[in-house]
Amino acid sequence: MSERKSGRLAVDIGGTFTDVALDHHGQLVTTKTLTTPARPINGVLNGIRAVIDMAEISPDRIGTIIHGTTLASNALIERKGAKTGFITTEGFRDILEIAYERRYDQYDLMIDKPEMLVRRDHCWTVTERMDADGNVVTLLLEDTVHAVVKEIQTHGIESVAVCLLHSYLNATHERRVRELLQEACPEVSVTLSSDVCPEVREYDRACTTIGNAFIKPLMASYLSELSGAIESEGLDASLFIMTSGGGMTTLKTAIQAPIRMVESGPSGGAILACQVAEQCGAKKVVAFDMGGTTAKLCLIEEYKPHRSRQFEIARAARFIKGSGLPVRIPVIEMIEIGAGGGSIARIDSLGRIAVGPDSASSDPGPVCYAKGGDKPTVTDSDLVLGYLDPDHFAEGRFRLDRDSAQAAVAEQIGAPLGFDATVAAYGISQLVDESMANAARVHAAEWGQEVAGSTLIATGGNGPLHASRIADKTDIDRIIIPRAPGVGSAIGFLSAPVSYEIIRSLYCRLSQFDAKAVSNLFTEMENEARGIVHAGAQGGELSEKRVAFMRYDGQGHELEVCVPEGPVTSETGDILRRNFEAMYLEMFGRLVPGVDIEIINWAFVAATKTTPPEKAEVPKDTRHALPTGIARVYSRPNEKMIDISTFNRADLSTGDRVLGPALVAESQTTTLVDRGFQAVIDTAGNIVMTRTGLGVLQ
Amino acid sequence: MTDTQNSAASEIELQVMWNRLQSVVDEQAQALMHTAFSPIVRESGDISAGVFDVQGRMLAQAVTGTPGHINTMAESVKYFTEYFPPDTMREGDTYLTNDPWLGSGHLNDFVLVQPSFLEGKLVGMVSCTSHLVDLGGLGMGPDGSDVYDEGLLIPPMKLIDAGKMNHTLLTLIKSNSRAPFQNEGDVYALIACCDVASDRLASMMRELKITSLDRVGQYIFDTSRRITEAAIAEVPDGTYTHTMRVDGYDFEIDMVATMTVEERKLSVDFAGSSPCSRYGINVPLNYATAYSVFGLRCIFAPEVPNNAGSLGCFEITAPEEGCILNAPRPAPVAQRHILGQIMPDLMYGCLHQAIPDRISAEGSSCMYDLPLRGGFEMNKGQDATQYAVEITHNGGTGARPGKDGLSVAAFPSGVYGAQVEITESVAPLLFRRRELRADSGGAGFYRGGLGQNIELGSRENQPITWFATVDRVKYPALGRNGGLNGAPGVLRLKHSGVTLNGKGKQEIPAGEVFDFRTPGGGGLGNPKHRPEALVAEDVRLGLVTREAAERDYGVVLTPDGQVDVEATQNLRG
Repeated sequence: MSERKSGRLAVDIGGTFTDVALDHHGQLVTTKTLTTPARPINGVLNGIRAVIDMAEISPDRIGTIIHGTTLASNALIERKGAKTGFITTEGFRDILEIAYERRYDQYDLMIDKPEMLVRRDHCWTVTERMDADGNVVTLLLEDTVHAVVKEIQTHGIESVAVCLLHSYLNATHERRVRELLQEACPEVSVTLSSDVCPEVREYDRACTTIGNAFIKPLMASYLSELSGAIESEGLDASLFIMTSGGGMTTLKTAIQAPIRMVESGPSGGAILACQVAEQCGAKKVVAFDMGGTTAKLCLIEEYKPHRSRQFEIARAARFIKGSGLPVRIPVIEMIEIGAGGGSIARIDSLGRIAVGPDSASSDPGPVCYAKGGDKPTVTDSDLVLGYLDPDHFAEGRFRLDRDSAQAAVAEQIGAPLGFDATVAAYGISQLVDESMANAARVHAAEWGQEVAGSTLIATGGNGPLHASRIADKTDIDRIIIPRAPGVGSAIGFLSAPVSYEIIRSLYCRLSQFDAKAVSNLFTEMENEARGIVHAGAQGGELSEKRVAFMRYDGQGHELEVCVPEGPVTSETGDILRRNFEAMYLEMFGRLVPGVDIEIINWAFVAATKTTPPEKAEVPKDTRHALPTGIARVYSRPNEKMIDISTFNRADLSTGDRVLGPALVAESQTTTLVDRGFQAVIDTAGNIVMTRTGLGVLQ
Repeated sequence: MTDTQNSAASEIELQVMWNRLQSVVDEQAQALMHTAFSPIVRESGDISAGVFDVQGRMLAQAVTGTPGHINTMAESVKYFTEYFPPDTMREGDTYLTNDPWLGSGHLNDFVLVQPSFLEGKLVGMVSCTSHLVDLGGLGMGPDGSDVYDEGLLIPPMKLIDAGKMNHTLLTLIKSNSRAPFQNEGDVYALIACCDVASDRLASMMRELKITSLDRVGQYIFDTSRRITEAAIAEVPDGTYTHTMRVDGYDFEIDMVATMTVEERKLSVDFAGSSPCSRYGINVPLNYATAYSVFGLRCIFAPEVPNNAGSLGCFEITAPEEGCILNAPRPAPVAQRHILGQIMPDLMYGCLHQAIPDRISAEGSSCMYDLPLRGGFEMNKGQDATQYAVEITHNGGTGARPGKDGLSVAAFPSGVYGAQVEITESVAPLLFRRRELRADSGGAGFYRGGLGQNIELGSRENQPITWFATVDRVKYPALGRNGGLNGAPGVLRLKHSGVTLNGKGKQEIPAGEVFDFRTPGGGGLGNPKHRPEALVAEDVRLGLVTREAAERDYGVVLTPDGQVDVEATQNLRG
């Protein structure tokens, strides 16, 4: 890449704000502008202009733009996609309705199933059938496709999802259906399950295909328009689109498979956390991003985020697992809980304080915003407890109304329980921290791990304020608050590789390892993924990885086992067994002799190589930082308000030390250094908090 | 410390602790799910985890996939404290049983209990349960003549004695199983699960600077009892008796419940129910209680978590002798869940007399399992794949006050339905159909949920053996308040038209297609009053046929699917 075009720009459209970050020769400029829902491109352009101005560079210096957006998710959540139809194998019209035959809430007799993106009268079948080896049982009867075409035209269908049984093994019937559809109604968009999700399990594959079909026309026109608008701004840059897997991809691929963009924003935050983890040498990390509406948690090991192949969209009950439609795409595994600054506190039917998942969001917002919100929120309780400075919130754009917050907390939470406003606020704060800590522990257990002893990396507008108490509740001794924690996702995009991951199903017992079939499968996957990544790699070197998802026959949990490099032969089966057993032994302590090992899915990832960040050090010699003010905050041991020192993050430099309890304020957030912690600024400008009395920094 | 423990802020911390205890059991459950071997654990979360005080009273229990562990676990820990009194418990002990009458109703469920210590002092107990793959004997089928036929029974024993593993016991567990290493793995997973819980319990007590769970226990029990009792008090006092006739195995079975509500107390007795069967469909009382109380808890303050306070509001009894819902030792009980799953419907039959506006119609309730085997009985030289799969499907739930029933949805069990592509990948089967079964939902003002039509055969043109354990073939899910019944299950061979039985081992001959239709839920309220537009919509979506719309709902549609107002008025009157 030429020196002249070395600027990299990242744009993340969120629900409330559009964050933009510009990296020009290591100089980082960031801004937050309001999202413009009617035409999101306006907000993007506003942000781009702002950072270009701030950096004082010419627009043509920018060579790369990386874009992530919640538009795809929003279209799914708000059901604002194309009028979509579904085509499947005869006899299986109700794949969507039947799903897993499960109720997602055991005790609630009145639950509703998640609302389908396609109604039953827009689900059609064609005569054809493959078996579980991919052999044709019944040939595709083309007349039945012609009959469906008529229905599509009658019903004014705009986009069609095709998911035939076992098409992940043999896609010829699906492809023929697409040909026939394109001949008969070329204006209708078509998504094949064998393209977007070549994996076994018809319900999951159908939902993924339908999700893609539903947003495809919308995202295609948005992305083309964005590309044009950027060009008219005088920018001659390559546009990349962030995916939920934490890599970026080309515009062309994003238009074909927009479902892969669904969770791209949060993945940026996780990438940033990985960078910070590597910078600070933190091998086991809980990344915690607490914003206005929700908090997101991601576990990071050896600088890599936990990944998953499944995500749920359009949940009937937002925070209840299993209440949504499964989408099988590579994602960074994150859990979302209804615990943000705007989360509303109430008294539940058991007379206990409950916080969230209902949120006052940014409109009307917490009571203290004085924009009409009348229900006490987490931010209101933080203000009552003295953690927020009413005069310097959100870069001082508006003043927080402490009296109203206090009154709301006292009346709605304190009075029913017989507490004053301060104790009630302490309760709200404790319970929201408790729910985040619990979510972290239970989530780690799902992965067979524990969070105790990890490092906590906290971002988001509210993360740094709540981090030290979550650490207390999870036996965590080190917390890192990165620079600019408020625009973490956009900064994360800047260090994302160009990558593409493909997962395909091929059922195989290790005792009957079919080297030829596996070899053919990998060849197809490699060709497809390499083609996509090369298109965006700008000549960069690629790193590649092949994985087999293996488990003992009958066991639920699959291990991701590396497939050795080179051609797949019968010997590969033996190596896979050895690798699996070594990994299993390490995780569970004992093997299960006499039980066969099975493989259902295979993955291939190609990615451009990224440079690891420079190591950050916590200086040996530290000095007491000078406070800039005093705040009055609630102290649990004293059971009253006490004075503590406050600091401006902008004034702190490497080696400065702050002893808790203290507050460190910056433009978009405040860090609480709790009693029992001390904070030091490291060589990269991170705030690193450790427990005092542990001998780490004495 | 005493000061801080009684201050206003410490009141808040009681709430924090309740949440934490709930999280400890959830973490415990996840740890167990992560390593468990039995497919039923993975597919339905057939496990449980709980935290108890030093007296063995349950403080919190994980919400897991099946209701069969509610109550059973709470009661089980009490039995353990009789065998191992708390003053004899030592740090590092862990106890084990799979006795159906002390544990969870059949041999496959292992229950572990571990005393938890803080700075050398007993502060509570933790427990967990998981379904093991195989315990020898005749296995999970209903064909044992007594419990001894069904496999290895382990009375409450020390699995770990002050940190020392009882290898003799573990060896016995392994040697009496067709899946020795899975069993060993599951036992270690259960131990790890208890260790996690004890560790988290101690860590919470240190963080919140408490030395005993007494105060938080009292807070949990009092609050839970108060809210649950208030919900029961809304039911008019009285005695409500309900009888349900179900298919049974060797004979049709009457399940009879007499519910007595007196102010804040609700008790149920099963006197009048049929005697035990000679097959393993008998239900130990602990298990009948679990599903009964689950059904009741869905109605009465379901938001209150399970603990000694909320569960203690319900008293379930049965005659000591001659009652299939209180099967005595050594009755065979391996398939106790067939009737167990119908218990909520039995409870709702009583409650409907007292609070008719709040009760759903009956649902299909019983899982529609397809334990299929093939290839084992072939003559040598025949090229048939050997396989054994246990797949589960479900029917519809009953229509609900204010809503239609759910089509093809498990209730009360939480078992997942299998995916056709997975089943076909692991066994040489070919499904011809799996679609909603039109008209199977009982007609009503609110319609019952639909069952499904499944058609399957062998891909290799071989016979298939089916071990039937389904009910509601003779007796469908009943409608209420004028709603019609759901369609009963249909089990037949498509070509020959032969009807199969709901229980017992049967063969699907080579070349046949098994026509397996799951039941629909009952309807609620008069179908003739269901809004015409909703009936027309159901017809348009193919959930109700035109004929049924006319016959059951009195709604006539024009050829283009619109409501024929005049003809409908004539029919509906």
